[in-house]
Amino acid sequence: MQLALREVWTAFRRAPGLGVLSVFTIAFSLFAFGLFGLVAYNTRLALERLEERVEIRAYVTEGTDTEAIAAAVGDIRAFPEVASVLYVSPLDALAKARTEMAEFQDVFEPEFLPASLEVRLRPGMREPAQVKAVATRLRSYNFVDDVRYGEEWVQKFYSMRRAATVAGIVLGIAFALAAMIIIGSTIRTSVLARSREIGIMRLVGATDGFIRAPFLIDGLLKGFIGGGLAVALMWLTRTALTVTVVTFEFFPTPVLLAGVLAGAVIGLLGSMLSVGRQLKRV
Amino acid sequence: MSSGQTIVKFTSVTKAWRRGSGGLQKVSFAAQKGEFLFLTGPSGAGKSTILKLCYMDELPTAGEVRVSGASSLAASRSEISKLRRKLGIVFQDFRLLEDRTAWANVAFALEVTGTHAKAIPPRVQKVLERVGLGAKMQSMPGELSGGEQQRVAIARALVNDPFLLLADEPTGNLDDRASRAVFQLLRDINASGTAVMMATHDLDLVRTSGLRTIELNKGALVFDSSEAPLPEREH
Repeated sequence: MQLALREVWTAFRRAPGLGVLSVFTIAFSLFAFGLFGLVAYNTRLALERLEERVEIRAYVTEGTDTEAIAAAVGDIRAFPEVASVLYVSPLDALAKARTEMAEFQDVFEPEFLPASLEVRLRPGMREPAQVKAVATRLRSYNFVDDVRYGEEWVQKFYSMRRAATVAGIVLGIAFALAAMIIIGSTIRTSVLARSREIGIMRLVGATDGFIRAPFLIDGLLKGFIGGGLAVALMWLTRTALTVTVVTFEFFPTPVLLAGVLAGAVIGLLGSMLSVGRQLKRV
Repeated sequence: MSSGQTIVKFTSVTKAWRRGSGGLQKVSFAAQKGEFLFLTGPSGAGKSTILKLCYMDELPTAGEVRVSGASSLAASRSEISKLRRKLGIVFQDFRLLEDRTAWANVAFALEVTGTHAKAIPPRVQKVLERVGLGAKMQSMPGELSGGEQQRVAIARALVNDPFLLLADEPTGNLDDRASRAVFQLLRDINASGTAVMMATHDLDLVRTSGLRTIELNKGALVFDSSEAPLPEREH
């Protein structure tokens, strides 16, 4: 192990430019992938916030017995899709309307706005078909006058979300592949630069495992440092964007750690493949 | 110096290369412990191929090569590594690590074979002194002459106490004086018990030495002086 680490250091000292270039290539490849991930992550958060606005409003016929409404509320809360049910009386509706549309506050009268049930659905159960199914069930109550949920908006929203998901996956795979190819080529270059050394090691009787060890450590370290640099670059970019353009959420810590770890694993695998290929030749 | 124990045995060995030349055709011979053996013949005759087959850098297309109990028919990569630790290999182009001192180049051969760190310095010093480089241990290869660089390569080959030294045109890049000195060094090494198999174009060296000679031509073994005296003919 000590010798393997010394070999890593010797190789770096011999060609520091190549070592630094490898680390920066890994860092910028992961940075490009991470930046795309950051945009995708923020898009997803924005869509989640929009999705939370999906609600169904069931308007209650005037003069309905409050006990009947309370019993129905209990029923509806038991629907598997339903997260919450709120009874909005005409007075509550009036107060809300006056708050939200202050300029028209003199226009609204209590009898002008009907009572309603505001139904919110659980996350993951807000697909157009599920929303429609709940709306249909709400319509079956004889005290329900009308049900509104913005059918067209929900459908458009989910089409947009599906398109964003597919585009995200395709672009994500493309970015990941590009990053892996660039990183693989960089590592291969540094292994090729030491092919003479590998040949000499084999000639004097070093085992494959012994020859591999310094290269694997080298790949792991470069990947780890490159991953760390990529995270730092992403943080700087996100901060600059938040200050100058729009508020960007940063990745949660486990995702950042996974990013650095991914850099290390890519470095390790890249080295393993390159050295393996080189060893077959000697 | 031969003591009768077979250390290398080629049995009807054929090696075919894709590019055509340099292969071998049904070559059979044996080398004994402590023997000094020349491999001669024109370029592409198969001299280097025999050496590569000895350290199992290549495996035969047909036939069998046995080196100190290791068979080309069954040797795994780890067995080949173990075999090479008992061999010394020297090339025309020295194959030294240019960014390391003579001392580090020799120590490298011990380090990669897992020798204990404390045992390395005395062994490296001893072998470098043996090849006449006691005063240039800390020199980089670029600071040494061709003959000196070849001595470093020989020291690296010797440091693991090999039973057989394989030398592929070790004097090919050297002037006449340096060639004689390197050859004398190989003779001294042989005199201390290590078998030497040396591929060379230098027929004067071969003729004047009186040592066993195997001559190859177009991949075939055409002459073995252990079976008949060396013929007086021009190449």
